[in-house]
Amino acid sequence: MSAHHVSVEDLAPDQIRLPEKSGWRKLPAVGGVLALVGIGGAFAMKSGNEQQFYYSYLTSLLFWLAIGLGGYFFTLVQHATRAGWSIVVRRLAENVMITLPVLGLLALPIFLGIHDLYHWSHEEVVANDPMLSWKAPYLNTGDFLVRGVVYIVVWAIVAFLFYTWSTRQDGSGDPAPLAHKMRGFAPFGLVLFGLSVTFAAIDWIMSLDPHWFSTIFGVYYFAGIVVSIHAFLAVVVVLLQRSGVLRGVVTPEHYHDIGKMMFAFSVFWAYIAYSQYMLYWYASIPEETYWFAYRGHGGWLVLSLLLVFGRFAIPFVLFMSRRWKRKASSLVFWAAWMLVGQYLDMYWLVQPVLAHEHGSDQIHFGILDVLTFIGIGGAFLAVFGWALGRAALVPVRDPRLEESLNFENF
Amino acid sequence: MPKRKKIYGLLAEFPNPAALYHACEKVRDAGYAAWDAYSPFPVHGLEKAMGLGRSVVPWIVAIMGFSGAGLGFLMQWWMSAVDYPLIISAKPYNSYPAFVPVTFELGILLGSFGAVFGMFALNRLPQLYHSLFNSDRFAKVTDDGFFIAIEARDPNYDPVRTRTLLEEAGAIAVEEVED
Repeated sequence: MSAHHVSVEDLAPDQIRLPEKSGWRKLPAVGGVLALVGIGGAFAMKSGNEQQFYYSYLTSLLFWLAIGLGGYFFTLVQHATRAGWSIVVRRLAENVMITLPVLGLLALPIFLGIHDLYHWSHEEVVANDPMLSWKAPYLNTGDFLVRGVVYIVVWAIVAFLFYTWSTRQDGSGDPAPLAHKMRGFAPFGLVLFGLSVTFAAIDWIMSLDPHWFSTIFGVYYFAGIVVSIHAFLAVVVVLLQRSGVLRGVVTPEHYHDIGKMMFAFSVFWAYIAYSQYMLYWYASIPEETYWFAYRGHGGWLVLSLLLVFGRFAIPFVLFMSRRWKRKASSLVFWAAWMLVGQYLDMYWLVQPVLAHEHGSDQIHFGILDVLTFIGIGGAFLAVFGWALGRAALVPVRDPRLEESLNFENF
Repeated sequence: MPKRKKIYGLLAEFPNPAALYHACEKVRDAGYAAWDAYSPFPVHGLEKAMGLGRSVVPWIVAIMGFSGAGLGFLMQWWMSAVDYPLIISAKPYNSYPAFVPVTFELGILLGSFGAVFGMFALNRLPQLYHSLFNSDRFAKVTDDGFFIAIEARDPNYDPVRTRTLLEEAGAIAVEEVED
């Protein structure tokens, strides 16, 4: 029972809108510059390094895409479950979600680099490889492009629709029709999400090493998506509050729930990752184990262990603490930790394939990794910052906003 | 003359959770230590209103959890690598990847035992007798009664002043309970 009840009318404009002079309003410009410098710089350094460029680009894209898709998932899940607690942070997730059309455009270079990334795209290789010939009805350049475009279009359209409906609700007289519409369409959007993310993970990540297969692979990427969005929301919420907005709107009760979800899905990630590993390790069939084998040597072994302990064991023991979930500074620390873990995980999925192809078992982290990360991240933050300034920071007309403002954990 | 019965303390009833919450703040601020609040359901934030410190339960859970995981791993290592070594699908005897699920589960199991039984122990449960059940009114605590009981053993306890405090805090009924 809190000291007093907060009603929607109590919210002052400077609590829920970015002030005109807020530093956050510079984010589109700063992000735009970073995008130009990062992506431009990486493209400029591409010649002679094509393969490394595309591998670095894919790694960075997957990292930022996980956050963007997380916004999609978070928003739709809250609608589908009629969640009350999350309304005060849902607009932020919607702002993340609306980066998807841009991230979709930024995914197009994958198709340009198809021959550098995916060796099943070379017809002469497939012709001499019985396994790849067998997989060719699915894994072929034409279908890969069509599927890729379908994923991107689905993400962009669903994100656009839900973003538009929600922001239109802000100025509507009766919020109920739009609330019902979003709730009604959310389950279909989630089905599309499940299918598109699963197939995108198979196409874009798993097929880097086309002989290897894992039926749980889509879920693996999904686990990272859910961890990423909660981590990103935690960081953004606390930074926004430090800058003066959302105070008294987002409370430690909401931190706690974001933290719980982050914790739960990092455990879920570990469960999926271990389930995938365990079955291959136990059966010990060479065509299945080699994918883990080259991640278990040299520098990659260090990275693998870093993931086991850094992404699961250490946060499992320490971030279990209720107090650390409810305290802004420690929540941000662990959220940043999780985001670093997500980047390492994407790196671990993508880049060993290239090293392995060149007979190396060492990690070569380089300038292209940094530039593509900054570049795609800059574009992501530019769109996110634009959306932050465009509408209120909370869905002001949502029927459950008041419930969310007064939400408390038991 | 019948022997005077020993007094357990004062039992005060409050009309609703909000009244109980604010009364707890007053009793806390008056400096009482041997007292407790009773409610049919958890009242959020009551532990703050009562001024309770941090629970010891997490530490019990941590110790039990780590012991569980450690013992779980040791058990499997001892069984598969020491007591009855068998070669299974060409794996080493001490095949730790296979030990992960049981290690994890035993950590969780003992951690949960620590949480449940640790809570029981800290609350001195199960109790076969409690003085408050001498009060007929107290039966309402499982339905719609909200109570504060201040024990006579508290150094600040005074039959008159404590009663006044509770009445001023909004009690709808205050009664003395025998031990």
